[in-house]
Amino acid sequence: MNGFGSFIAGPWGSVVAIAAMTLVTFLCRIAGVVVMSRVRITPRIERGLRALPGSIILATILPVVIDNGWPAMIALAAAIVAMAVTRIDIVGLLTGLGTLAVIRAFG
Amino acid sequence: MTLMPPALRPHFSIQGLRHGARAALPAFPGFIMFALAFGTAAAQKGLSLGETLGLSAFVYAGASQMVGLEIWQQVWTPATILTIMTVTAVVNARMIMLGATLQPWLKHEPLPRTALNLFLLTEAGWLIGTRYHNEGGRDVGVLLGCALILWLVWLVATFAGFFAGALVPEPRRFGLDLVMPIFFGVMLVPLWKGAKPALPWLVAGLVSLIVHALVPGYLFIIAGALAGVIAGMLIE
Repeated sequence: MNGFGSFIAGPWGSVVAIAAMTLVTFLCRIAGVVVMSRVRITPRIERGLRALPGSIILATILPVVIDNGWPAMIALAAAIVAMAVTRIDIVGLLTGLGTLAVIRAFG
Repeated sequence: MTLMPPALRPHFSIQGLRHGARAALPAFPGFIMFALAFGTAAAQKGLSLGETLGLSAFVYAGASQMVGLEIWQQVWTPATILTIMTVTAVVNARMIMLGATLQPWLKHEPLPRTALNLFLLTEAGWLIGTRYHNEGGRDVGVLLGCALILWLVWLVATFAGFFAGALVPEPRRFGLDLVMPIFFGVMLVPLWKGAKPALPWLVAGLVSLIVHALVPGYLFIIAGALAGVIAGMLIE
């Protein structure tokens, strides 16, 4: 076994693993800024980026909520309604969690 | 275009840090639940406290930490290191897009502060920062303040999960297993600017559902988000 192989087979292996995960994650975190600082932001690119926050939210939550069935869907709807009415994020969150807890307690 | 006050120039202030730390509050429950779960799982898997805290402090990306645990090794080889690197990159590739939207806001910032801000980049912090930016705010301190407090919460909850995971009550009973999706749903509301700008969201949701049904893992997030961005570029 070569030097690096025997080094990471020892106690330093997990340190190397964490460092490797940290490195690629940091590269993902900075890549967008690095690329966009070298690209001219056209109206088209701007429209695409403006669609990102809502898109990433729906892409993240829709499969999870549907997998969890109608109690999750009702809880999500309740959270969104509470947020739309009050505009206070913590109220929306607590309404959603409370609704889910009540449905599960009685469902 | 409606009449808006002239946009502020990007700047940085200590008050912004405090404002950001307060604005991060609604993301706390999700961070606490996820980090508790991670700390518990890491302890069960046999990781040391140092390894567990190291992952939370430096990798600091929940989904990739959980996936990383699944392929964690007692004895590492170059091949297994390469595997965990690749899997981590795939799960975290979506962060490339988050950073892309922040670039105009951060472009006049000093490099070390931007590096720190991006090191601490998470979806929840980014959503809170994006909401603040959409409402006209330009203080980069808000983004950093939010990121710093969330990192601290993540680390403390990881520590608690490592030692006391078994003591955490059944999360399902309080709906806490869905705390992250519900928080994200709440953050959707201030983004709403009418049905037409939301069309790409619909595309994103549909694509993520299809990918989720066909491909195991977390690929559905980046596939859906990419589809939404492309739809946004195509819809005039």
